[in-house]
Amino acid sequence: MSEVKRPNPLFRNLTAKLAASPMIFIVLVVFIGSTIWTVASSFTGIKTLPIFTPQEFYDNWVGWDQYVRLWNTPRWITSITNLAIYGVLYSGFAFIIGFLLAVLMDQKIRAEGVFRTIYLYPFALSFIVTGKVWAWILNPAFGLEKTVRDLGWASFSFDWLTNRDMSIYTVVIAGLWQGSGLVMALMLAGLRSIDDEIWHAARVDGIPKWRTYLQIVVPMMRPVMITIFVIVASGSVRVYDLVLALTQGGPGNSSQVPSMYIYEKLFVGALAQGTAASSVLLLATAIILVPWIIVEFGKKSRS
Amino acid sequence: MTAMSSASTVTPNGAKPKPMFAPGRVLIYTLLIVTSIYYLIPLYVMVITSLKDLDQIREGNIFIPTMKPTFDAWIKAWSAACTGLNCTGLAPGFWNSVFITIPSVIVSIAVASISGYTLANWPFKFAEWCFTILLVGSFIPYQVFLYPLVIITREMGIYSTLYAVIFVHTVFGLPILTLLFRNYFASLPEELFKAARVDGAGYWRIFFNVLMPMSLPIFSVAVILQVTGIWNDFLFGVIYAGPTNYPMTVQLNNIVNSLQGVKEYNVEMAATILTGLVPLTIYFLSGKYFVRGIAAGAVKG
Amino acid sequence: MKLTKLAFALCASVALPIMAQATELEVTHWWTSGGEAAAVAEFAKAFDATGNKWVDGAIAGSGDVARPIIISRILGGNPMGATQLNPGKDADDLIAAGLMQDLTELATAEDWATILRPKSQMDSCTLDGKVYCVPVNLHSGQWMWTNRKVYEDAGIAPPQNWAEMIAAAPALKEKGIIPLSLAEGWPIGLLTEDLIVAIAGVDNYVAVYQDRNMEMARGAEFAAVFKAIDEARQIIDPKTVVPQWNDAVALVIQGKAAANVMGDWAGGEFAVAGMVAGTDYDCLPGLGVEPVLGTGGDVFYFPKSEDPEVTKAQLAMASMMVTKEVQVAFNLKKGSLPMRADVDLSAANDCMKKGLEILDNGTKVFPNNSQMLDRDSLNQINDVMKEFFSDLTITPEAAQEQFAAIIEAAPK
Repeated sequence: MSEVKRPNPLFRNLTAKLAASPMIFIVLVVFIGSTIWTVASSFTGIKTLPIFTPQEFYDNWVGWDQYVRLWNTPRWITSITNLAIYGVLYSGFAFIIGFLLAVLMDQKIRAEGVFRTIYLYPFALSFIVTGKVWAWILNPAFGLEKTVRDLGWASFSFDWLTNRDMSIYTVVIAGLWQGSGLVMALMLAGLRSIDDEIWHAARVDGIPKWRTYLQIVVPMMRPVMITIFVIVASGSVRVYDLVLALTQGGPGNSSQVPSMYIYEKLFVGALAQGTAASSVLLLATAIILVPWIIVEFGKKSRS
Repeated sequence: MTAMSSASTVTPNGAKPKPMFAPGRVLIYTLLIVTSIYYLIPLYVMVITSLKDLDQIREGNIFIPTMKPTFDAWIKAWSAACTGLNCTGLAPGFWNSVFITIPSVIVSIAVASISGYTLANWPFKFAEWCFTILLVGSFIPYQVFLYPLVIITREMGIYSTLYAVIFVHTVFGLPILTLLFRNYFASLPEELFKAARVDGAGYWRIFFNVLMPMSLPIFSVAVILQVTGIWNDFLFGVIYAGPTNYPMTVQLNNIVNSLQGVKEYNVEMAATILTGLVPLTIYFLSGKYFVRGIAAGAVKG
Repeated sequence: MKLTKLAFALCASVALPIMAQATELEVTHWWTSGGEAAAVAEFAKAFDATGNKWVDGAIAGSGDVARPIIISRILGGNPMGATQLNPGKDADDLIAAGLMQDLTELATAEDWATILRPKSQMDSCTLDGKVYCVPVNLHSGQWMWTNRKVYEDAGIAPPQNWAEMIAAAPALKEKGIIPLSLAEGWPIGLLTEDLIVAIAGVDNYVAVYQDRNMEMARGAEFAAVFKAIDEARQIIDPKTVVPQWNDAVALVIQGKAAANVMGDWAGGEFAVAGMVAGTDYDCLPGLGVEPVLGTGGDVFYFPKSEDPEVTKAQLAMASMMVTKEVQVAFNLKKGSLPMRADVDLSAANDCMKKGLEILDNGTKVFPNNSQMLDRDSLNQINDVMKEFFSDLTITPEAAQEQFAAIIEAAPK
């Protein structure tokens, strides 16, 4: 027994593998399991009750019907379009506002804690009600428009909430209110971690402050940007109660988003239609993300 | 207040705040104050609405405060608002929410931090594939998982118990938290890890004795994210926790979503602010770590 | 109490042996507002009097929030004792899977088929000849509500039907009054169906929704309906569309709007505001065109339990809900019509009495939409109508064709 045997590679770092087992269990059982269930259900005609046995899937199989219906539904097309608009505008502005606020906060200001809390608090409040408050403010009949008109500017008009061409932008406004503070906090933290030496060096070289930010600091913040990107992007794909509380998807269907369609169909007796819509989202996400994840995260891990 | 003052001491890294009235400073403060107004308007409307009575809400403008404020709505929201037959306000659900939130936050952060640590420092191919799937999973709408998770928790024998809701929160917290922790641990100097290995420290000793003491900040980031999400959750609590463990948000939902009868907007606003107080307190208390946490971590990745 | 006890004794003697101890039954429902809760309290009181215990599990937000919760609880193997659920096709899957308690024996013993009316409501609780739910009340959605004072102030006689309301619209608009208030979402679907009933007639409505008569759906009668909806959308300023139905009713109560189309549950809002039917406001069944009554209503289902004690208590609850005394007490608080014809409802207000009268005539009573079409198809129709209302570039013809296509594709 004096010679240590070369261990089976499967058991190398066994503790690490055991410690990661809860994650692996959750991924295999919940994420992969649910995904398989979702995709399989989307090829059936199930209505209210979910099914789980192969026999039941066989009995209810309808092929591509749900997808044919999905892509022939104008509301779904509107939802996808809105997701694209919302996703791009929300992510873009959240990054810009978050970054600008963080830069402002980074100027060694007084009462930083107060400002930081003001920008962050919307994140803590349930959106069922804050959405309603936004709906009041944006409502032309008794919100901002009426108030400004009562103050004497009779021709003032701000009716985005009830205007079908503009309603999705009100969702962006309220979404940014809720989410940009978190982006600010993450960005600020990123800025704080930049070594003072860098600033010194930049100042010595006579580089203007704004160029130091854009050309030196931002590239150094890449990892925090990636974390923010995942948080912001997944938040916009999942956006649900925001729209529900603010516009209910209206006027008409003009501000519908995919998660509203999915939620409704899952639970109004069109379960298979809801899973078909989820499968489309899932596939789209996977196509966009997986190559990026492999490139971005694959190279960095230590071996 | 102590929280606020301690939070504001974090700010400067270096020189003292500059005098307030230099032209550049005026611009900075103007911008900060103007943006603060945008953020504060909804809170302002909520607070003044909660202090009005129903007649004043019906008659008045939403932006104009009342001359005769009353705290009745706050008292009602906390202890007397009815949901169905139970006229007990938010108060009884408060402790259920606490009992759901504390273990859920602890377990979800424990699982995610260990997973992130493994991915950063003890990676193996299979775990990396799992991580990829997790990141994709963070984009799936939650509702899709509802029924499968009912079946999974039922087969685990924990459906309709606190364990089920803890498990579910762990599942949904996993993607973002694992990402946070993985980036953080990967950004710590590799020499630390190597030196500990040379000293003969194993997996757990490195985690608890070397990395954790350096990582309190990232843990508070995770706490903030999780407390916010779990405290405000309604759907999972009501579906997985069982009726004896219904969280406070069930009452909040019942106050806010009743469609019949007179809408008590003032009670709704008070109930929402009351419900939000716990996460807000956590923000105040940990603001300091929040900023330093990310700072020390994710950046150097 | 006597009647309750009697009913209970009857039920006990038929369906079950003597009750040994109190059984707790958790009851899920979405009646969370003041008036609704008062109605639920009547049930709870009567149920507790049977020696059992009502455990209240209120979840606000109507069926959309409660449904996933109810189904999850049943799937997870921890069902509630009883639950409110939309009757008709929504529950069919659960029944087919054998998850719901069969109440046939009790229904036969108590002769529900005779004592409860209308037949259509009993039908919605019946699948393949077996009874699975207890109908507790009737709500109808075909009412137009008008504020008399608003019209009188404008020098117009308060309209007595839809056409008069439309005719009065331009004059009101000039005075800055909303001629017809509207809420976003399902109320648009309700308005559509009410106009189908009022303009195409009850028989044609049933022919399309139930019998799927496609010629009718694409024909002239329905074209006239879409024309009428077209008129309605022209007089509605999108800026005045409010988020919830009660906001729309409130506009009428406050005199900011002249009329609204909503179900009989709107009557409660007028009552709370201290307004009197006939003097302050009018309630016009069938939009005043023809007095008709759709028979929607609330029903309770009982998820199957393996515990015989629970089953016993479930049957006791089902029996309690249709006793005379409980029916009166409950429905007066709820503002709905009772399921029984043999009860005294002299305390009811004028609008409820109008409804009762139609109900007693029987001829102009028709099934609720969810008994004829599945919820998914109804929601798709709502989607089409919401778009039609908010997008004036959609022609009535195009909307009618989209509507017909949904009817055609709807599962039988």
